[in-house]
Parts: sequence; structure tokens; C-alpha cells
Amino acid sequence: ASVQVQLVVPIVVVFGPGSVPGDLPRPLPFRDVQEMEISVNLRTSVTSRYEMLYRSTTGQEEAALAAATAREADAALHPLQDTTLGSLIMYVVTETSPLLPQGINVYVGKHRSALVRAGGSLAALQARLREVTQVMSFTASSIAAALSDRVPDGQLSPDARRYLKSSLGYEITFSLLNPDPKSHTVDWDIEGAVTCYVKPVLDKLSLVANFSVDSQILYYAVLGVTPRYDKESSSFLLSAHSLPHVINPVEARLGSSAASLYPVLNFLLYVPERSHSPLYIQDKDGAPVSTNAFHSPRWGGIMVYNVEAPASPQASLPLHVDVDMARVMEVFLAQLRLLFGLSRDELPPEFLLESPGNEGLADWELDRLLWAHTVENIATVSTTLTSLAQLLDKIGNIVIKDDVASEVYRAVASVQSAVAKLSLGRLHAAFQASKEAVTSSEKAFFDPSLLHLLYFPDDQKFAIYIPLFLPMAVPILLSLAKIVRETRQRKKEPTKMD
Amino acid sequence: VCTSRFWFNYRHVANTLSVYRSVKRLGIPDSHIVLMLADDMACNPRNPKPATVFSHKNMELNVYGDDVEVDYRSYEVTVENFLRVLTGRIPPSTPRSKRLLSDDRSNILIYMTGHGGNGFLKFQDSEEITNVELADAFEQMWQKRRYNELLFIIDTCQGASMYERFYSPNIMALASSQVGEDSLSHQPDLGIGVHLMDRYTFYVLEFLEEIHPASQTNMNDLFQVCPKSLCVSTPGHRTDLFQRDPQNVLITDFFGSVRKVEITTETVSLDRDVAGFESKFPEEELATEPLKYAEQLPVAQIIHQKPKQKDWHPPGGFILGLWALIIMVFFKTYGIKHMKHVF
Repeated sequence: ASVQVQLVVPIVVVFGPGSVPGDLPRPLPFRDVQEMEISVNLRTSVTSRYEMLYRSTTGQEEAALAAATAREADAALHPLQDTTLGSLIMYVVTETSPLLPQGINVYVGKHRSALVRAGGSLAALQARLREVTQVMSFTASSIAAALSDRVPDGQLSPDARRYLKSSLGYEITFSLLNPDPKSHTVDWDIEGAVTCYVKPVLDKLSLVANFSVDSQILYYAVLGVTPRYDKESSSFLLSAHSLPHVINPVEARLGSSAASLYPVLNFLLYVPERSHSPLYIQDKDGAPVSTNAFHSPRWGGIMVYNVEAPASPQASLPLHVDVDMARVMEVFLAQLRLLFGLSRDELPPEFLLESPGNEGLADWELDRLLWAHTVENIATVSTTLTSLAQLLDKIGNIVIKDDVASEVYRAVASVQSAVAKLSLGRLHAAFQASKEAVTSSEKAFFDPSLLHLLYFPDDQKFAIYIPLFLPMAVPILLSLAKIVRETRQRKKEPTKMD
Repeated sequence: VCTSRFWFNYRHVANTLSVYRSVKRLGIPDSHIVLMLADDMACNPRNPKPATVFSHKNMELNVYGDDVEVDYRSYEVTVENFLRVLTGRIPPSTPRSKRLLSDDRSNILIYMTGHGGNGFLKFQDSEEITNVELADAFEQMWQKRRYNELLFIIDTCQGASMYERFYSPNIMALASSQVGEDSLSHQPDLGIGVHLMDRYTFYVLEFLEEIHPASQTNMNDLFQVCPKSLCVSTPGHRTDLFQRDPQNVLITDFFGSVRKVEITTETVSLDRDVAGFESKFPEEELATEPLKYAEQLPVAQIIHQKPKQKDWHPPGGFILGLWALIIMVFFKTYGIKHMKHVF
């Protein structure tokens, strides 16, 4: 099915004092629109439309921009903004402004604002603004990755199918693996850690989906791979190419949650046995990984937590281990971000990003997720409904119940509303509408009553009905023939008889 | 999927369990396997060695083991349930273990065995699934992207007819015999009294025993398994719908499971002084009461109970009518004069 979606991002560009370029086409304030086409394939096209409003600073904003550092300026500017979900505001400062450190041209705050250094001409500034906008909302590749269903396999980017698919909910399971309880008694305050560190992040992500968290401790669960002993560092090493074989033997022991059908994200903390301590993970170049953790797309992550050897060899076993939950959660939350596709690695060096702190992700990163998920939802709904229509065309004798029909109508109405709201720049409402559309369309497509077991091939029809009807038909046809012959004879008879 | 019931179809259950065992050995967990067995051979009253299912004569290899999780058993193995699992059109009350929760990055292996013919596979001796229905089910799966690549293996008579009608992309199919040929069974075991395995699956199992999770054997080797000299029938395969070259497809892509992993290089910086966090456990654990099971079944009372007096009910309408009929017939036959002798 063809999908034509227009993504509208409202952007406000505020010129600080002294930063107005000389070659403005019109005096401030003025509006401008820039459109770009992201074409995925013949029938799917996504146009992005940046509606820019250029204006100069108000008195309060000027005072805020006079702060000492970019972070303070951003904090002071935040209460003056009224940015809704999906919109951006950018403050342009002079080329020589001390607000941005040397070599940094863009500072991205943790809400939806950025400080951009002026670039001389308007064209240079606009190029920089476009770069910032793409970082903070969506790029052609992030949209194409969301629509990976429709892209032919050969052209898929490596990011496609790497991130979690848009779903109504996710289940997060934290597991502690203790293969050697004789040597280590491991205590982890997972409840406290979840309340303090994980909950703020999940609360921020609650806009995207429902999250549920559980935890478990597994004893005598070993990795499927034997680590190699390295004499130089007198430690055990897990090489990068043996990591893929670690997950499956463990997964069999993890148990799957029987209750929900949402995708499960597993985060495992592995405390190596006394005989295999310390255990480090090697990357492809042979260097030990600083986080001592790895993750698998769409599955979860594993972190190895090394316990120091006891001070004296006669120390009584088992050793009591209190897990440093903050350090562990730093890694797990980073893995959670990476699983969702929020990476900060691929940015140009002149960008400075503000750390979102305990919230886990910045407002604009949430927007990135919402843009990608909304587009993905709309594409999914369109494919589902088209395929349902094709199924009904092909198999004529499927009966559509009333509730299936009403779900289909609701899905169509919701997806049309989502597309309309996207073209108005209202991301939050568009996302909610797209979620409703996905729920309704999946319910309609996967309704148990739509099973088509009624296929009768022609040769089966002949094989069943001919042996039944042919013997019956023979005397009937012969009698009919006899009747016809008799009536014809009788017609001739009266002429013979007198 | 094993589709046959009755004791003399022991070999079909043994086939299915052998493939199940190989797949588990190569790393796929039970949560990712849907096993459908139409009859219970291990605990069948006719099994001289209960709780075992052997695949080699002289009882060399017990493929039942002690770690088998059967998801659809006995009469639950029907064409309808099979199609429901594939297409996902399952009633909401179905547990997770009975569902196929695959997505667009899942590689699916489907192995079916039983009695089949030209274009159909018999389920439970009472119904059949046709190759057209199977092809349509796969197309429904493709429309919802419920698989990335699919490998379909079938070990029945005239098995190649089952994959003739596939038309969805990314499907590779193998069958044990061509149209017009029968798939033969391997060897009987005189102790158990039935044929233990089918030839094609026997040689596939031998081939799979050599594979380990890191092995680089590709699909072309699987196509060579069981040539006509050993199998008597000619195995067939179909790869035209598959996008990759079979040379590049590893056996472990379908039979085992090797995940893509990435090293985690980023961390989130967390503020540790967050209010409300207790980082120390209490020094001693509180002494808790020892747990015990609640008195669920008062066994002592049940053993010494007297049988409950059943209340007397007057005979129902059916009994009354039957007796009235018998009496009427009797007196009709022998004459009404006997009535006064009865009363």
C-alpha cells in the first residue's frame, strides 16, 4: 500500500544580540519553510517540512544568554520556552561568543533547545541549523530504518532491524547469575536500584510504551563458553567472537514470562566463579572493554561483575558481595538506550551534548523515538489493512464479524488522523493516534475467526461428488431419455391410429 | 510437527523428537520451539520400554530423554491449530508456549513428518492439509513479516508436492521424496516391534550430530544428505524463492542460533546521591518463620470417611417410557387376559 506522510517540525530560531547575519531576505521576524523528500521506495514517500520562525531575542532571553556557561544559559532559558513535543527552539549566538567552548559550534541541551554559533552568512547558518534539526528530530536513515519492512533487502542500512520495534509495551527483566554460590554470596538491592535509577528513565519513556520490570536470581547458571586464561594480565578473557555463543545456553535457564506477550528485554549481571576471576571481555582488537558488558540487538545485555580476590587466602568462603548498583545501572541503562536506538556516538565533533542525568534521556531523544515509532506504526497499519483486504479478496467465503469490521473502521480513522496530525506538527497527538491504529489493526488482522480452512481444489471436488452422483444420475438420465422417447412416439401414434 | 497417531507410527514421533533434540543441542531454547506430537509413544501401553523413544535399533539413542517440552499433544495437533500457530490467529487465552512469537528478524525452521500424498499431508488419520493451504499460510506470515527466512523440511511420501505451491519470498524447502515416490522407513527393532525411524530423517540426524554451534557447514551439504543409494527415494529441495545463495547459508542459521552482539561502549552517568536509596543491607537477616504448605487436603479425614448416602430419585422419564413400552408389547403379544394374573 502506498504511504505518503508529511512530517512537520515547527522550529523557532532566535537571534541573540549581535548574531544576526547581514544577508537576511526580510527583516525579523519572518517565517520560512524548507521541504525535503525522503523516498524509501516507489510507493512510500516521506516528506519532511521544517517550518521555521526567525525572530530576535526578548529581554528575558537576552539576560539568560548572558550567563557564564552554556549549561547555565540553557537552564535559564528553559522556563521561558513553551516547546511542545516535536518542536525545537534554537538560539543563535555570535561567532566569538564565550558561551560555547573553543571548537564547539553547537550545544544541545537536555530539553528541546540548542545554542548555535553564527556562521557568517545566512546560508552557512541554515546549513548548521539543518544539521542540528536532523540530530534532534529525525534523519533520512532513521526514517528508512523505521520503514525497513518496505525496503528491499539489498538496500537495507545496517541500522535497519537493529533497534526494538515499536510495541505497546516492553518487559524488562533483571537477572543476577551466580554460578558459584559456594564462593560468593551476592546481595543486590535491585528494588532500591529500580526505584532510584530505573524508574525515572521508564517514567520518561512511559509516553512511548508501558514498561513492566521484574528481577530474578539464578544460581549455578554458567556461561556456555570457557574463558581463556591470559598470563600477561593474569586474568581470564572472553574474546569477541565467542560472545554470540554465550547467550543461548543462558536463555534456556532464564524462563520466559508466561503472562504477557510484549517483547522481553533481559539484563543479566554475571558474577564469575572464583576459579575464573577476574573475567574481562575483549573487543575485536583484543583490548579489554571498559564497561565489561555487551548487548544483543532486540534481546538485552550482559555485564560481568568481577569480585576482588579475598585479602588473605584463608578468608572464609563464601565471600559476601554487595553489588554496586549504581555502576551496574549505568551500564544497563546505557544498554537500554542503545537497544532503543539512542546512541550519542555518531555525532560530529563540533557538537556538545548535555548529559540528561538521572532521567536517562533528553527530551529531544524522546522526540526522536516518537518520530521513528509514529512513522513505523503508520506504515505497519497500512500494510496490515492492505494485506487483510487482499486476503478477503482471495478467499471469498470468509465471514467478517461485526467487531472485526468495527476494528477495521477504527484503524482506518485513527491512521488518517495520525497522518493529519503529523502534517500539522502535533507529534504527541499523532503518536497516540498511531498507537490506537496499530492496536485496532492488529486486533482485526489476528482475529481468530479469520482462519481460512475452506480450500477445495477442483480435483477433490470431482473425487468426492462424482462417485456419489454418477450412479444416482444414471437411472435418472435413462428414465428422462425414456420419457422423451415415449412422448415423441405418442405424438406420432395418433396419426397412425384412428 | 508429528502428524500421525497409533503405535505403528512410532517412527514419526521418533523423527520429530530427533530433530527436536538436535535443535536443542545446538542452542535453541524451549521458549523458541513449538513441538507438536500427535500421539504419545513414550508412555504408550504398548511400549516395552516406557518413557523412552529410540531412534537406533538395539536402543542406542533415546531421543525422549528427560527434557522434552511438548506444546501441542495428542488431539490438539490438528490442521486448524497448526495454521493458527503459523498465522498467529490464536485465541487470546493461549499461553505463550503455544504461540509463535516471531518477528521480522526470526529464522524459522518447520519440520513435518507423517503420512502424505500428492499435495496433502494427513493429520491424525482424519483430516489433511493441502499444499495450497500451507502456501497461503506462509504468505500470511510473510505479509505480517513473521519471519526473516524459513526452512521447511518434510519427511513423508511424495513430500516434494508439499513445497510445489510456495510463492512467498525467503523460503527454502527440503523433502524426503519426489512426487510418485514413497519415503521408506529405516530399520525395525525386534525388541520394540516397530520401525524406529524414517530413512531420510535418520541420515539427517546423523548429519546433524556432527554440527556444533560454531560450525560453518552450509546448506549445500544438507542437500547431499541421503542420496538415492541409501534412501531409495530421491530427496528434493527448492531454493528459487530464497534470496541468498545456499552456499552462504549456515546450518546453524536455522538449526542453531547465533546472535549478533555488540560491545557496549557507552555508559549513562548517574547521580549517586539520590534520596531514598539504601545501599546497605541490615546486618542480620530477620528470623522468619519456616514456611510450610497450607493444609490443602485433609487426607486423614478423607480416608476414614464413610461413603455418602445417595439421595433416592424417582426414575426419570426415559426409564418410565421404556418400561411402559416393554409392558405394552408384552401384553399385546400374549393377550390382555394375563393382566389379572399379574395384579
